[in-house]
Amino acid sequence: MCVALPGRVLKLNSDAGTATVDFNGNIVEARSGLVDVAPGDRVLVHAGAILQKMSENEGSEMEDLFKELEAFGS
Amino acid sequence: MNISDIKKYLHDYDGPDMSIMEVCGSHTAAIAKNGIPSLLSPHLHLLSGPGCPVCVTPSAYVDRLLSLAKDPGVCIVTFGDLMRVPGSTPYNLSQARGDGARVEMVYSPMDIFPLAAKEPDTTFIFAAVGFETTAPVYGLLVDYAVKHHIHNVKLLTAIKTMPEVIRHLMESGAPIDGFLAPGHVSVVTGVHVYEPIARDFSIPFGVSGFSGEEILLSLYGIVKARGQGRVMNFYPSVVKEDGNPEARALFETYFEPADACWRGMGTISGSGRELKKDYSWLDAGSEGLDRDTKANPACSCDRVLMGKISPMACPLFGRACTPANPQGACMVSTEGSCFSWYVNKRG
Repeated sequence: MCVALPGRVLKLNSDAGTATVDFNGNIVEARSGLVDVAPGDRVLVHAGAILQKMSENEGSEMEDLFKELEAFGS
Repeated sequence: MNISDIKKYLHDYDGPDMSIMEVCGSHTAAIAKNGIPSLLSPHLHLLSGPGCPVCVTPSAYVDRLLSLAKDPGVCIVTFGDLMRVPGSTPYNLSQARGDGARVEMVYSPMDIFPLAAKEPDTTFIFAAVGFETTAPVYGLLVDYAVKHHIHNVKLLTAIKTMPEVIRHLMESGAPIDGFLAPGHVSVVTGVHVYEPIARDFSIPFGVSGFSGEEILLSLYGIVKARGQGRVMNFYPSVVKEDGNPEARALFETYFEPADACWRGMGTISGSGRELKKDYSWLDAGSEGLDRDTKANPACSCDRVLMGKISPMACPLFGRACTPANPQGACMVSTEGSCFSWYVNKRG
């Protein structure tokens, strides 16, 4: 039930409190009141509401974590 | 280290046995769909915990919904997951609808408003079940109803929180050596909520995404950090350290902590959220729903939810209890452990 899907914001509809979100060509309206978003943002949508913006540069964080884990030995 | 190395590590692992629990129904489904158990060493055991909101909702809640649905002036609005969950008898919302009750399935809780606007004389009651992921959407719903003075929309709440039930499992002696922490719950809560539990019980938590590779990466991290009370974020693309404070603040404007009853586990202190007194006019009678009666006395959903037995060990599994004829909530929901084991022939 906690399924959430990634999409990209196409435009904001401020009066309605929604954003138009593109899920690989499937265009839907999602509520935008839980986090500030702008057109072009990648977002995670759950139950018709934008839950979070997705970050584009998580790679280095993961790299550091894995380096640390590998240092633990087997 | 690449994904092949990680697969090899998890396959060849010959250290002390470890039991790792996932507490998210979407993880349960993804683990089964990707055949993860078949990729692991026999020393690594995966357990499904109380991570499916529908599965942990006690029978009294379903009974109350069914009772409300009898009123011709009421329409129950719900996510599809809840339609076939039995209450204290095998009767469910789907059957109630067949018998003439008004029950509408929606994708978003906010879909209740267009329905309510068309019929001002009908009371629309949302079956507000869920964890921290869905809670902020109920915050949006209440915010909209309050600001637009909408009086024919109400909620029957069974909103639950993860850290309290995880602590309850550990305190009740569940033999768990690590948790695959729920990715989309963590999007809202952030990662710090698991730290006190990790520390107190010296167990690692890996916040995980939902693809097969993401789950393997997280399992690798949990195994490597065996015995360490730490929380690792393997899903940083959407899980920020502090989660989504804006979403939590909106929710907390209208809701407050409360004790909550979990199917098979009884009442766990502070593990739920209910509408604050100022907004109780939006409540459809959520208080005191703490009775939990099995529709079939042999149903073992309670022990499955606590990781004490696998679904296969339930005497009803695959015989009296199948997705076509579920006896307990874990076989109803597509994210329930029993459903997942049944359709993927796991075990």
